[in-house]
Amino acid sequence: MLSIKNIHASVEGKEILRGINLDLQPGEVHAIMGPNGSGKSTLASVLAGREEYEVTQGSVDFLGKNILELSPEDRAREGLFLAFQYPVEIPGVSTTNFIKTALNEKRKYHGLPPLDAVSFMKLMKEKMNLVEIDKSLLTRSINEGFSGGEKKKNEIFQMAMLEPRLTILDETDSGLDIDALRIVANGVNKLRNENRAIIVITHYQRLLDYLQPDFVHVLLNGKIVKSGTKELALELEEKGYDFIKDQFSLSEAV
Amino acid sequence: MEKINLEYFGEKFNQLQTIDPDNFLSAVRKEGFYNFNKKGLPTYKNEEWRYTSVSDLFKKEYRLTEDELKTEISKSQIDEMRLPGWENANELVFANGKYVPELSTIRSSKEELIILPLEEAANGVYKDLINEHLGKSALFINDAIHALNTSFIFGGVFIYAVKGQLIQNPIYLYHISDATENHILSQPRSLVFADKSSKLKLVETFKTIGTMDSFTNEVLEVVVNSNAILEYYKIQNDGTNGSHVGTTHIRQIGKSYAHTVVVTLDGGMIRNNTNIIMEAAGNEAHMYGLYLLNGNSHVDNHTLVDNRMPNCFSNELYKGVMDGRSTGVFSGKIFVRPDAQKTNAYQTNNNILLSENATVNTKPQLEIFADDVKCSHGCTVGRLDEEALFYLRARGISKELAQAMLLKAFAQNVIEQIKIEPLREYAEQMIAARLAD
Repeated sequence: MLSIKNIHASVEGKEILRGINLDLQPGEVHAIMGPNGSGKSTLASVLAGREEYEVTQGSVDFLGKNILELSPEDRAREGLFLAFQYPVEIPGVSTTNFIKTALNEKRKYHGLPPLDAVSFMKLMKEKMNLVEIDKSLLTRSINEGFSGGEKKKNEIFQMAMLEPRLTILDETDSGLDIDALRIVANGVNKLRNENRAIIVITHYQRLLDYLQPDFVHVLLNGKIVKSGTKELALELEEKGYDFIKDQFSLSEAV
Repeated sequence: MEKINLEYFGEKFNQLQTIDPDNFLSAVRKEGFYNFNKKGLPTYKNEEWRYTSVSDLFKKEYRLTEDELKTEISKSQIDEMRLPGWENANELVFANGKYVPELSTIRSSKEELIILPLEEAANGVYKDLINEHLGKSALFINDAIHALNTSFIFGGVFIYAVKGQLIQNPIYLYHISDATENHILSQPRSLVFADKSSKLKLVETFKTIGTMDSFTNEVLEVVVNSNAILEYYKIQNDGTNGSHVGTTHIRQIGKSYAHTVVVTLDGGMIRNNTNIIMEAAGNEAHMYGLYLLNGNSHVDNHTLVDNRMPNCFSNELYKGVMDGRSTGVFSGKIFVRPDAQKTNAYQTNNNILLSENATVNTKPQLEIFADDVKCSHGCTVGRLDEEALFYLRARGISKELAQAMLLKAFAQNVIEQIKIEPLREYAEQMIAARLAD
């Protein structure tokens, strides 16, 4: 469903991604790990369509469309969802109104009528229970004054409401305590099904303990240098990134 | 280039003075005209007019005397400018700056609210109040534009909120300028007195009909006595051929409460002076402003809070969004006089520029002559928050809609200060429509 081919991307003239290749099938969960500055979040930004990132080479095919040609909103409407590493606080815009607008914009794009108030509230209630988010958060302005955990829960709640085909979790585990991490991970697990793919970007093993990825990729200097199954993540956790760096610099040298 | 010719003002002034040369209003006018001639039109060298040029407005000749201003405004033309909530409002119509009782509707009882033509009031039981309070604003606004209004005081109203009356029905002042055939100078000049323990809500709006130019030069003097509550709203959404210099001069002469909101959505050249004079200890004032500009509109909001007595509180929040080639100006002056110990005075001005050709000048001016005070000011000028915009777009919301949502949110804490509900809803709708452009 997603095919990333030889993506090169730079920001302010500095090349950060240097030839990424990745294929995802529906239902799969892929983890992307790597040290700081390896390009993990850049990959997420490029996929979601942040304009300050310039893609200089390569293509991204998502459900048969070259999404690099689409605006961020059209990518979202096609079914791509980025759970932000740092969800933005937007005072003055209510969370409920925001999600309703987003949902109806997506429906409009697909030629569907807007959801009526009753159906929308029913859907909200159902998804609120699913991701264990408190109703009071949704009446407030988007993320305003939310704790780190509440912000991430809100991301997962939005994911539940928008039902994307592909979700990118960009360091969703950062800044979460153990309880919040468990709730967020449970939310994600409940949303998994055979039609949906997930990319989990993370530094650490602990989120992966909950999510059990099908594949693990290691990103280093803008390239995927090693891919494997979830055992690779355990190995990284044990040995640190240095062992990959050593291997990689060795193979580069050869 | 057209020359500025001010000669005709003299002729017309003399003509007006012959009507009733000995009455109080004539004396006020006389002093006004003396000041008008003495000051001369302000140029950018005058600090108060640095960012707003009015001299261009004087390159054309206006009609301004009573005979010249006579116009037939139809009921349907009034209907078009009626503001929501009018069913419960006292509606006062001013055609070319002059009060038209026949087109006006007073819904409050005479026991709570008195509305009289200014000339009638100046010769009747309210004579003393008028002698005491009309024209005091000249002490604070010492320029030719203000003096020009004073030179031609006639046809205004006197509004008196009776002692102890919490007047439910707001007063809507509709200012309509008929520039169908000529350039029109409308100069409304009214006096409002909110007596002790009364509550009064005033709403002003402006409209130009016709395609010639209209220039409204308004002075509204408002006196607030002890324990009174004043709410004042100004909604500006006139066409670009309507220029406006409006002074709302509020004197809190007893410990009282004032709340002002000035919303500007459209217009040509606009200058709003909103002044609060703290003449009694313990006064409280809240001042809000929102300007959403486009095209070539120019809006200059000047505020003054003059703390002359101790223990007064004031808070100002002005917000602006400039698009196209529009220009915004905010100048906020706070005086704390030597006697005004324990003053709390706060001021904030936030601006968003949506276009590279839009400009804003923001200038806080605090002059503090007392040592035990709390004053703060802050201003920001920036673009729309790109992170927030991306966040909304990443959820499938179009760029245009996302931008409108963010601007609406930006404006929200000013708009929610409109306490007359139908008026607030109206302002919200107007803003939504503007942002959807």
